[in-house]
Amino acid sequence: MAQITLQNLAHSYYPNPQSDKDYALKEMDHVWQDGGAYALLGSSGCGKTTLLNIISGLLRPSHGRVLFGDRDVTDAETAARNIAQVFQFPVVYDTMTVRDNLAFPLRNRGMEAGYIKARVDQIAAMIGMEEMLSRKARGLTADAKQKISLGRGMVREDVNAILFDEPLTVIDPHMKWELRTQLKQLHRQFGHTMIYVTHDQTEALTFADKVVVMYDGRVVQMGTPEELFETPAHTFVGYFIGSPGMNFLDARIEGSRALLAGGGVVDLGAGYGPVSGHSQIGIRPEHALLTDEEGLPVTIRRVEDVGRHRIIRAELNGHAFNLTAPEGLAITPDMTRVVFAPGKVNVYADDWRVTPRAAAAGRAA
Amino acid sequence: MDKTVNNKAWFLVLPVLVLVAFSAVIPLMTVVNYSVNDTFGNNQFFWAGLEWFEEMVTSSRLHDALGRQVLFSAIILAIEVPLGIFIALNMPKKGFWASLCLVLMALPLLIPFNVVGTIWQIFGRVDIGLLGRGLAAIGIDYNYTNDALDAWITVIVMDVWHWTSLVALLCYAGLQSIAQAYYQAARIDQASRWAVFRYIELPKMQGVLLIAVLLRFMDSFMIYTEPFVVTGGGPGNSTTFLSIDLVKMAVGQFDLGPAAAFSIMYFLVILLVSWVFYTVMTNLDKAEGQ
Ligand SMILES: Nc1ncnc2c1ncn2[C@@H]1O[C@H](COP(=O)(O)OP(=O)(O)OP(=O)(O)O)[C@@H](O)[C@H]1O
Ligand SMILES: [Mg+2]
Repeated sequence: MAQITLQNLAHSYYPNPQSDKDYALKEMDHVWQDGGAYALLGSSGCGKTTLLNIISGLLRPSHGRVLFGDRDVTDAETAARNIAQVFQFPVVYDTMTVRDNLAFPLRNRGMEAGYIKARVDQIAAMIGMEEMLSRKARGLTADAKQKISLGRGMVREDVNAILFDEPLTVIDPHMKWELRTQLKQLHRQFGHTMIYVTHDQTEALTFADKVVVMYDGRVVQMGTPEELFETPAHTFVGYFIGSPGMNFLDARIEGSRALLAGGGVVDLGAGYGPVSGHSQIGIRPEHALLTDEEGLPVTIRRVEDVGRHRIIRAELNGHAFNLTAPEGLAITPDMTRVVFAPGKVNVYADDWRVTPRAAAAGRAA
Repeated sequence: MDKTVNNKAWFLVLPVLVLVAFSAVIPLMTVVNYSVNDTFGNNQFFWAGLEWFEEMVTSSRLHDALGRQVLFSAIILAIEVPLGIFIALNMPKKGFWASLCLVLMALPLLIPFNVVGTIWQIFGRVDIGLLGRGLAAIGIDYNYTNDALDAWITVIVMDVWHWTSLVALLCYAGLQSIAQAYYQAARIDQASRWAVFRYIELPKMQGVLLIAVLLRFMDSFMIYTEPFVVTGGGPGNSTTFLSIDLVKMAVGQFDLGPAAAFSIMYFLVILLVSWVFYTVMTNLDKAEGQ
């Protein structure tokens, strides 16, 4: 087991990349802690699979290095890296039985038969396929195939890391929840580094200690679920995490105040230096409160009850703006203003978050 | 809802029936007619019953030709199938070289049979052929016109040259349909080259291999033109395969009765062996699916 370091890593699928656009992964420097459970989130085509394939050695990066601990493995074969990977597209060996499928990675490493049998039975129990061990894998349902694929990824105990590329897409929600619990348990038990790719933020937030968000070939933020929620490093993170996502309003930043493009002033709760480029402020719907007192005027379009809270679809200065109303708050017709929770407003310049100059000083002022 | 019953609909099948009758059934019936009659021409027939069949079944001439035929088909299948798979596995997967390979491989398949025969007939000649003279120059005693073994080798090498491409191209198509993820998974699972072939590539090629084996079996079992052009069935009778023998009998000796009985049995053997091949291989497939 080892810490995985990506140094100046970049990858292009073209032999002679010209511009930034030709890179599936833009230059990045990241450290993946030994034993961490990471969720990798991002929209389609942002480079998640590419990143995993580089870590596992299926792809050689066009620039930069990959280190396992202190060892440079950039040119090391997949076999030498000792990594397990579960693919987005479930791979089963059709002509083998389910048992042989699960045993395959162990047999190829020459493990002894007794150990293989015990380990395969254990994994089969985890994925709920004990009954089917002697069946041929051909003709199994899509979710059974995905489970076998997942099981083959988990069967080895000695791996440096396990990479999961959307491993549960066709599995029904109940089983999905169960398998995710099993994965967490496996993580606690063996402490493998795990990287789990998903489109689904609930899946990401429940699985991982650290969530990594990718956008357009870049890792835009690596942090705890709280960090992603409270201080998204990029407007994409704000928009992608949370449902509904963060609200962004064009604004000019002056010290600890933001002057909205459509009129109105917002207290930022912290002082900022001069902000250049396209400046915006971002507010989570959860941090915006509907009120009948002082605040910015909003027009309510629709209220959606989603169970624990309600989502209010509104308009502020002519732009869509979402708020949430906690359970129990009665919405009355004269509630036409919105106030932002102090200190929960983030400032963005050209989509990247600007850190306040001195948070404490700002708040004291 | 009840289906409308209208027996006149059968008339719609009539054109196909007529077509098949003219293209297959009637010619075949002519053969059947010859096989149970004796004739000296002039459309005069004398009933012979199963006499020709009995004669043919016990004829050592036919037994020898059948033996040679089976040996020939077995040898070329044993060479062309593994060789075709091997070539397919080693062909480039994409880009310029893949296209070039495909074109080069397809070339022998596009050459008419008698031209293939002529090419090899000349190629192997000891007096003017590149192969014949080349072998003579390095001191190998090779002459397909008077040495049976040399004749066999020439005919087999010619068939391998002509038809291995077909097996290779079919296998190549099967291999191309394998998703990249399978190879990636195999690398992650540290599968050996053999395991990749055995568990990923071979299962994907099974369907096309069945077709390749069937086609090559039927074609080789009926082979006529190429060996006839090269060796004319000789030296002696050493390369006289079933078709060649049949033509000798029917056209050369004008033994129409025995030749017709021979054709029918020949046809039935091919049908039987193809059916056995097909059933065995598809059942194998099903058994694996259990
Ligand atoms: N083999 C390839 N050749 C060329 N371009 C590729 C190849 N594989 C991926 N790409 C491109 O690289 C970019 C990143 O692809 P990647 O598969 O890593 O995305 P992803 O985040 O895994 O997407 P998804 O969520 O759809 O799986 C995409 O623009 C894709 O079109
Ligand atoms: Mg992907």
